[in-house]
Amino acid sequence: MEGAGRPTRPLHPSRPLESDWMTTEPLTLDLSGPVPRLRRERRVRRVFWIAALVSVLISLLIVGSLVGEAWNFIRTIPLASLFDIGWFPRRGLFDLRTVIVGTMLIAGIAMLIATPLGLGAAIYLSEYATPRARRILKPMLEILAGIPSVVLGYFALTWISPNLVQKISSAGVFSMAAAGIGVGILVTPLIASVSEDAMRAVPSSLREASYGLGARKATTATRVVFPAAISGIAASLILGVSRAIGETMVVAMAAGAVGGSLFEMNVFEPGQTMTAAMTALAIGSDQVAGSGNAFQSLFFLGLLLFMITLVLNVASERFVRRVREKY
Amino acid sequence: MAARTPGLSTADIVKESLAGKRHTVGGMAFEAGLLVALLIALGVLVTLLADMLARGWGVLTGRGLDFVTSPLSLTPETAGVWQSIVGSVMLTAFVAIVSFPIGIGAAVYLEEYAPDNRFTRLVNTNIRNLAGVPSIVYGILGLTIFVRFVDAVGAGGGTVGKNILAGGLTMAALVLPIMIITASEALRAVPDSIREAGFGVGATRWEVIRSHVLPYAAPGILTGTILTLARAFGETAPLLLVGAVTGFFSSGNASLWERTTGPYTALPVTIFSWTRQPDSDFRALTAAAIVVLLVVLFLANGTAILLRNRYERKW
Repeated sequence: MEGAGRPTRPLHPSRPLESDWMTTEPLTLDLSGPVPRLRRERRVRRVFWIAALVSVLISLLIVGSLVGEAWNFIRTIPLASLFDIGWFPRRGLFDLRTVIVGTMLIAGIAMLIATPLGLGAAIYLSEYATPRARRILKPMLEILAGIPSVVLGYFALTWISPNLVQKISSAGVFSMAAAGIGVGILVTPLIASVSEDAMRAVPSSLREASYGLGARKATTATRVVFPAAISGIAASLILGVSRAIGETMVVAMAAGAVGGSLFEMNVFEPGQTMTAAMTALAIGSDQVAGSGNAFQSLFFLGLLLFMITLVLNVASERFVRRVREKY
Repeated sequence: MAARTPGLSTADIVKESLAGKRHTVGGMAFEAGLLVALLIALGVLVTLLADMLARGWGVLTGRGLDFVTSPLSLTPETAGVWQSIVGSVMLTAFVAIVSFPIGIGAAVYLEEYAPDNRFTRLVNTNIRNLAGVPSIVYGILGLTIFVRFVDAVGAGGGTVGKNILAGGLTMAALVLPIMIITASEALRAVPDSIREAGFGVGATRWEVIRSHVLPYAAPGILTGTILTLARAFGETAPLLLVGAVTGFFSSGNASLWERTTGPYTALPVTIFSWTRQPDSDFRALTAAAIVVLLVVLFLANGTAILLRNRYERKW
C-alpha cells in the first residue's frame, strides 16, 4: 500500500473542474494529508517491521549458539568415543547410537499409541459426532493438550509404569515403555486436532457425492474423506513424531538413565534419549556441569535435535500446504 | 439379491434397499472403534486428574493454605510451593511484558503491512519452524545468549545471570512464534471490508489498524495470549538449562529486585525436582503441587474460553 496516496499530478484549485470532467485523463487527488501524518505512518511501519525481524534474529541466535560449541565438541573429542558402549559423558563415552536409538524407540512407542487414538478421535469428531457432542468432546481434547509435560512425566512414572508397564513385563519403575506411553498421550491431541482440521477441510460435496452413489458412512469416511485429507493426516503424523522426539520432561522423569546408559534395545529397560541426556547435563545430575567436553556434548545433542525436528517440521509444512492449495 | 425374493413388490424392494441396510454390523463396529479411541484419550485425562487429586488430597486438605504459602524445604512436613508460585508468576509476567508487544507488532506487520515477497515468506516460514523447535533447544539459547547478556548488563545479581530475567527472556523467545501465529489468526479474522471502509474515508493504514482492526481483533488476540502464557507457565525444560533452582533456597524477605536477580524456581521445576526426591513422602507433595499447577492453568484456560464465547463475533 505504500505510495498509494502519492500525487502524480497536483490538483490545481484555480482550474475549473468542468475541463477535468471533460477529459479522459484520470483526475488524481492528493488525499494523503499533512506531511507529519505521513512521516508518522512510516515510523509506525518501521517499528512493526523491527518486531517481525526479532523472530529472524532468534533463529540466527539459536543456530549460532548451537553450532559454535557443537563444533568445539566434535573437534576436541576422539571420534571413536561417538561409537562406544554407551552414553556416559562423564567418562568420555558419547555413543550416539544409545541416544538416537533410545529416542527412536520412545518416539516409536509414542506413535504406536498416538496414531490410532489420535486418528480415531479425529475421524469420529469430524465425521460422526453430532455438533452437540463435538462441543463437549473437543474442548476436553484441548484440555488434554494443555496438560504440561512435567505432569505427564509424573503420571508416567507413578501411574503408567506400575499399572500398565509393570503388569505386562518385568520392567522396573523406570522404563522406555512407560516414557513412550506418556509421550504418546502427549502427542495424541496434537495428531487429533491437526488431522481433524484436514478432514473438516474436505468439501462436503465429496461426501454428498459418495452418499449419492449409495456408499455408507464408514465407506465414505475411509474411502473418500480419509484419502482426500491424506496430506494433512500425514502432516499431523510427522508433526507428532517431531514433537515426540523433542519431548523432554516425560522422558527425563520416566525413562530413567539420568546419568548415562548402556546401549539398550529392550523397551522395558531404562534408556537414554537426546533430550533426557541434555537435561541430565544441564542440571548436573551426573556431576559434569562445567567440566569441559562433557558439558559441550549438550550443544552437540542440541544441534542434532534441532536439525532432526527442523527437517520433520519442514516436511509436515509441505504436506499442510498441499491440503490448503487443494481446497 | 432382494429382487428375486417372491411376494415383494418393486416398491418394497426399493424401499428396503434404500432404508434397510444403513446400519450394518461393520459400520457400527467402525464407529464404535472410533468412539473408543476418543474415549480412551479422554479416559486418560480423567484418570490423570483423579489420580493427582487422590494422591495430593491428604496434603491439600491436611495442610491447606499452609502448603501454598510455605517456602521450599527438604523436610516434606513443612515444604511448600510459595517461592515456586512467586517465581512462576514473576516469570510469566516478564514473558508477557516482553513477548506481547513484539508478538503483536510482528503479527501486525506480517498481516497488515508486509508485501507478498520473498522476505515476507521467509519470515513466515521461519516463524512456523521456530514454533516447532523443541523447548529444550530454547534452553541452550538462553544459556549461551540471555544468561550472559543479563550478567553483562549488570543484572546478574548473585547468580551470574541465571535469574528470572534470563529465564523470562528464554521463555519469551519460546512463546514468541506462538504469540505471532495466534495474533495473526485474530487479525486475519477481521474482514477486509472494515479496512476498506477506513481507507475510504481517508484514514491512513496505521489509523485503520489502531482504531478498527486492533479493537475488533482484541478478543482473539487476548484469548491467544492467555493460552500462550498458560503454556509458558507449565513449561519446564528450558528453565532447567537457564538455572532454575532444583534444590531449595531461601528468599527470606528479599526485595523485588533481589528476587528478580537472585536465585529462582518455578512451579513445574519444583514438581520435577520433588519427583526426583528419594523420600517417598514427597510423592504426595508432588501431586499436591501438580493440583495447584493444574488449577492455575484451568483458571487461565477457562478465562480464555469465556472471553472467546463472550466477545467472539461472526462476520
